Amino acid sequence: MANKINIFKQFLVLVSIFAFNTVWAYEPIDKDPNQSEVHEEATAEKHEAGHEEAGKFNAGKTIIEHVADAHDWHLWGHTSIPLPVILKTDKGFDFFLSSKFEHGHASYQGNYNYRLHEGNIVVYDDLTGTVDEEATAKITDFSITKNVAAMLLSMFLMLWMFIKVAKMATKNRGKAPSGLQSWIEPLVVFVRDDVAKPSIGEKRYEKFMPFLLTVFFFIWINNLLGLIPIFPGGANLTGSISVALVLAAFTLVITFVVANKHYWQHVFAMPGVPIPVLIILTPIEILGLFLRPFVLMIRLFANITAGHIIALAFFSLIFIFGEMHAGLGFGVSILSLVFTVFMGALELLVAFLQAYVFTLLSAIYFGAAVDEGHDVHNHVDDHHH
Amino acid sequence: MELVKPSIGLIFWMAVSFSIILFLLKKFAWKPILGMIKEREESIENALAAAEKAKEEMKALQSNNERILAEARAERDTLLKEAREMKDKMIAEAKTTATKEGERLLAIARENIQNEKMAAITELKNQVATLSIEIAEKILKSELSSDEKQKTLVNTLLKDVNLN
Repeated sequence: MANKINIFKQFLVLVSIFAFNTVWAYEPIDKDPNQSEVHEEATAEKHEAGHEEAGKFNAGKTIIEHVADAHDWHLWGHTSIPLPVILKTDKGFDFFLSSKFEHGHASYQGNYNYRLHEGNIVVYDDLTGTVDEEATAKITDFSITKNVAAMLLSMFLMLWMFIKVAKMATKNRGKAPSGLQSWIEPLVVFVRDDVAKPSIGEKRYEKFMPFLLTVFFFIWINNLLGLIPIFPGGANLTGSISVALVLAAFTLVITFVVANKHYWQHVFAMPGVPIPVLIILTPIEILGLFLRPFVLMIRLFANITAGHIIALAFFSLIFIFGEMHAGLGFGVSILSLVFTVFMGALELLVAFLQAYVFTLLSAIYFGAAVDEGHDVHNHVDDHHH
Repeated sequence: MELVKPSIGLIFWMAVSFSIILFLLKKFAWKPILGMIKEREESIENALAAAEKAKEEMKALQSNNERILAEARAERDTLLKEAREMKDKMIAEAKTTATKEGERLLAIARENIQNEKMAAITELKNQVATLSIEIAEKILKSELSSDEKQKTLVNTLLKDVNLN
């Protein structure tokens, strides 16, 4: 009983830390875009900001800016870490630091004259103040953006953490786990016993374990880092469609590589189904092959992004009401805080849940791909724990 | 929409670095961790099995001990019984032997007594005969000492032989 209360207390502390950080970190950021907006309007007259009134708080724009990728990593106020820009153009590669853009206030002359426009790097004509769409189409952005940097950081964290655990495991061979090891091991066992084994089967699960574990921890750790509003968190990595797409693509490719004759037979010519029905069924099955990872991608992207948007929306409320009346903004801030604490708790759960769901569904697809069909002992539905 | 548009740069970096981290973690983390977990599970299972086996062995040993004890007890009982029987038998045998010996001795004694008695009787008879003859001689001598007496005797004897 005492143990439960203790866990609950720790949980509360964790949630309040998240909430506090959120409050503390979002406020200056939320104000920042307004100021830069004003600045931008003043310096570059024709800046395609027609849909926006100068000085007015735009919640939608602020929220999207926060969940989208960026070319620098914001720390606080006007301080941010510049990140390397790598551009592939038809004239060769361009490398420079994003600080050259001065947050969108300056151009950089490489193979082309680049400028940061609404978060994207475009080819810009300083004289006319217009975007050269034709030249922009020729450049491909391979920059180390905020998301790429966050991804690399999380990967180093994972490498450090799991290799350390592996070393502890080798050292503690045959003994009880300790420290970080005892924290990671139950999760590894969870993925093995509650995800891989029931979905793939006792005999074949082993070769999928590295991928399942890597995906599970990658998604989970990045979901949690995404919940921390300040550096080294704050990047909406798992809520980025590109990252979700790559993860889902890995699942798709692995499924195709390991799939056996039985699986393909069921896709292209379901046994025991008459040919007229097959004409309808086979296209659906083929579509299903790609639909499954597509849904995996959308689910992860939408869940995580939605969580971020809701949290940001609650804070935007403060500024929207604050613009009407300062007292009103203060009143709403209390309400927003309460809701954000609640959302923070929910997001902690969602962070784990989405990692679990992605891993579980991947495992189920692998299980279907390697299922022999006739072997009763290895059937997906036949595994009960 | 900016949000749902995949970015080629991020896809590229993600694909490359995820492949690398997958390879590195597989080789340096998951393999040793999973191997160790499996090994430990096996060792725990083995230990449990060994404990179970030891328990069973213990039980077997205990029942064995009980059996040996019971056997020993039975053997002791048998031995005691045998000893008692032997004792009884010996006593009985001794009794029989003693009785027989006594009877034999008695028989011998009786025989001797008989013999002695017969000898004594024979001797006594001889002595009585001798005495009788001597008495008869003395009586005859006194009876036949005078003529008168010889006549009276003859008369008496003749009276008895009257009409026979």
